[in-house]
Amino acid sequence: MNSRLKWRPRLTDGTAPVLVVLAVLLVALAFAGPAYSEPAGYLALLKRAAPLVILAIGQYLVIVSGGFDLSVGSLVTAEVVIAARLINGDDGNTVWVVALLLGFGVLVGLVNGLITTRLLVPSFIVTLGMLLVLDGAVFLWTGGAPRGALSESFRVPGRGSLEIPVLGQVPWSVLILLVVLVGAVLFMRGGTGRTLIAVGDNENAVRLAGGRVDRLRLLAFVSSGLLAALAAILLAGFAGVSAQVGRGLEFRAITAVVLGGVLLGGGRGSVVAAAAGALSLEALFSLLKLVGVSGALESAVQGVIIIAAVAYAAHGAGLRQKLRIRKPAPALP
Amino acid sequence: MNRKIAVVAVAGVLAMAGCSSDLPGQGAGNASSSKQPTAKSEFFDQPEYDRQLKFRTATAVNLDGGGGQAQPWEQALDPKLVDTAKFAKPGGGHHLCFSNAAVNNPWRQVGFKTMQEEVKQHPEITKFSVLDAAGKDDKQISDIQSFASQGCSALIVSPNTTATLTPAVEAACKTGVPVIVFDRGVKTSCPVTFIHPIGGFAFGADGAEFLKEKVPSGGKVLALRILPGVDVLEQRWAAANQIFSGSGLKVVGVEFTDGDAAKTKSIVSTYLQREGKIDGIWMDAGATAVAAVEAFQDAGAALPAIVGEDQQDFLRMWSKEKLTAVAPTYPTYQWRTPVIAALRILTGKQVPQEWVLPQPRITQDNLKDFIKTDMPPLHYAMCGCDSMPGYPAPWK
Repeated sequence: MNSRLKWRPRLTDGTAPVLVVLAVLLVALAFAGPAYSEPAGYLALLKRAAPLVILAIGQYLVIVSGGFDLSVGSLVTAEVVIAARLINGDDGNTVWVVALLLGFGVLVGLVNGLITTRLLVPSFIVTLGMLLVLDGAVFLWTGGAPRGALSESFRVPGRGSLEIPVLGQVPWSVLILLVVLVGAVLFMRGGTGRTLIAVGDNENAVRLAGGRVDRLRLLAFVSSGLLAALAAILLAGFAGVSAQVGRGLEFRAITAVVLGGVLLGGGRGSVVAAAAGALSLEALFSLLKLVGVSGALESAVQGVIIIAAVAYAAHGAGLRQKLRIRKPAPALP
Repeated sequence: MNRKIAVVAVAGVLAMAGCSSDLPGQGAGNASSSKQPTAKSEFFDQPEYDRQLKFRTATAVNLDGGGGQAQPWEQALDPKLVDTAKFAKPGGGHHLCFSNAAVNNPWRQVGFKTMQEEVKQHPEITKFSVLDAAGKDDKQISDIQSFASQGCSALIVSPNTTATLTPAVEAACKTGVPVIVFDRGVKTSCPVTFIHPIGGFAFGADGAEFLKEKVPSGGKVLALRILPGVDVLEQRWAAANQIFSGSGLKVVGVEFTDGDAAKTKSIVSTYLQREGKIDGIWMDAGATAVAAVEAFQDAGAALPAIVGEDQQDFLRMWSKEKLTAVAPTYPTYQWRTPVIAALRILTGKQVPQEWVLPQPRITQDNLKDFIKTDMPPLHYAMCGCDSMPGYPAPWK
């Protein structure tokens, strides 16, 4: 079906619609707010969205291989609280604490992955358990209120920006996001990435073909943990210490991935689409605020998106063909 | 087939919600799209509002009369003293019991530390038992019941919620132990004393009046609240809403932050993009005030007049950035008073039935007195603890 005789962008089935949605939202933003008439407005949006996009990329790796990672939200909270406590306002602590945070993310991912692959507990349950464990541990350690403070240098990746000739002030988080995204795209194009998708599609086939299913799964969870740690560093840098920072982020990331047309249960979807889904979600929330819709509606909108996007994905293939016959452009406004 | 049509319809509606609703935003929408705070909140209570506003300027009195100026946590506003002779237990050796709602935020942590240090100052208290309900009503009800069999000399309760804890407190009163309630109240008059600062209306009004004074008429104010439905927070907003509706200020939005810095910063930066300029920020609690100011800094916008609270991180930023700011407080020194009240009761001295503590605010004039650079950023300045013997180690 998919001839690879000549190079073409790897746009999987679900990618085009979310890119259209994203484009529509970005144009709508330009009409809704004066701030979006210049690049700075969009860069500010990207900066706000960067942690969620990074989380969505991690979540994508797990979902496309047939799992779930519900622990990322509480992992983000735990990381931020740990960072504040260990740095304690001292710039000299920044470097080793960042290394430790990334290491902790890897460790949590490793535990999630090992329990899923070795003990054969469904990842939904493992990571739900991890969510509760981390929540409880953070509460026990802090008594519910974070202590300590972040250093100025720790906050640079999330808050600072770099002067780039044409674009002006480009936030560090946007640059970090670009690196992660390019890395993820290259990874998914490579043999390992393709096998990871195959694991989500048909685990047994991969195993019979000699693929190391457990190792790939483990890799997905570890990457998700590592990316959650990175997102936590950006979030903490962006806004400072808070014990609420990760609340609900796991569902936001899953919504983003689903919005990107990635099939829950794995085996289909592209990482670019997942990232675009996260950006669309953030753009949608910004748009709702710009036009004066209450923030209380956010979770309702998120719920509708999950259901609608999964329904669309389930019936999408046939639907898209029909639409294509009638007219070339998708029916999205 | 039908299902597919439905899916298209849903997707279409979703996308249209994004597209079409910006149309009104173009014209008249910008003037009227935000929620106008005209309707009075169901939490607004005119007599109580008037009473609290009056208390702000009233002079607190010493309970034992005259004799110099007592500390604010030993004073009361308009006290109606009650006799406690029947509870007197001469000879010391008191066992103080405390049922705490939770220590799940920095305010309660600072307060609880302060209370523990206060207990240490009184050798006549030989045992101090604490049960932490971790924010759960049912846990606190059983905590209070279990104290009944522990031989408490006096029971201090900081209720988690008002209505649900009322029967448990009534049952505790019946055991004959003097009961002291503080912070949030209960719907019964059986406790010997109920200790609290002036209240939410005064807190909300302090901030709103400051903005009314500092922001020019027609200026845009963004109100940031933690979450809806909590009576102390609703009272703060009800008072602010009352004051804003009678002023020339334009409230461009009322948003809930969940007390999360990242969410606060996102909200504020989106509003800056939407409105171009925000002249004032009103907050029902100051925990995320620093994040709100950072959003202005990062957007390169002029800093607004802002209402914060007495946390060190905000006070330091206020001083460093020369903010136009005010910090109403819900003083953590009120955690000292229940211990003082318990000892008064156990020695048979009178206490006010409703012990209303002064509720000071931090302004530009007294800001420097409250900045403590060696304290943690989330420390509350109005703890009344800086002259206590162990200070500052336990609060760090």
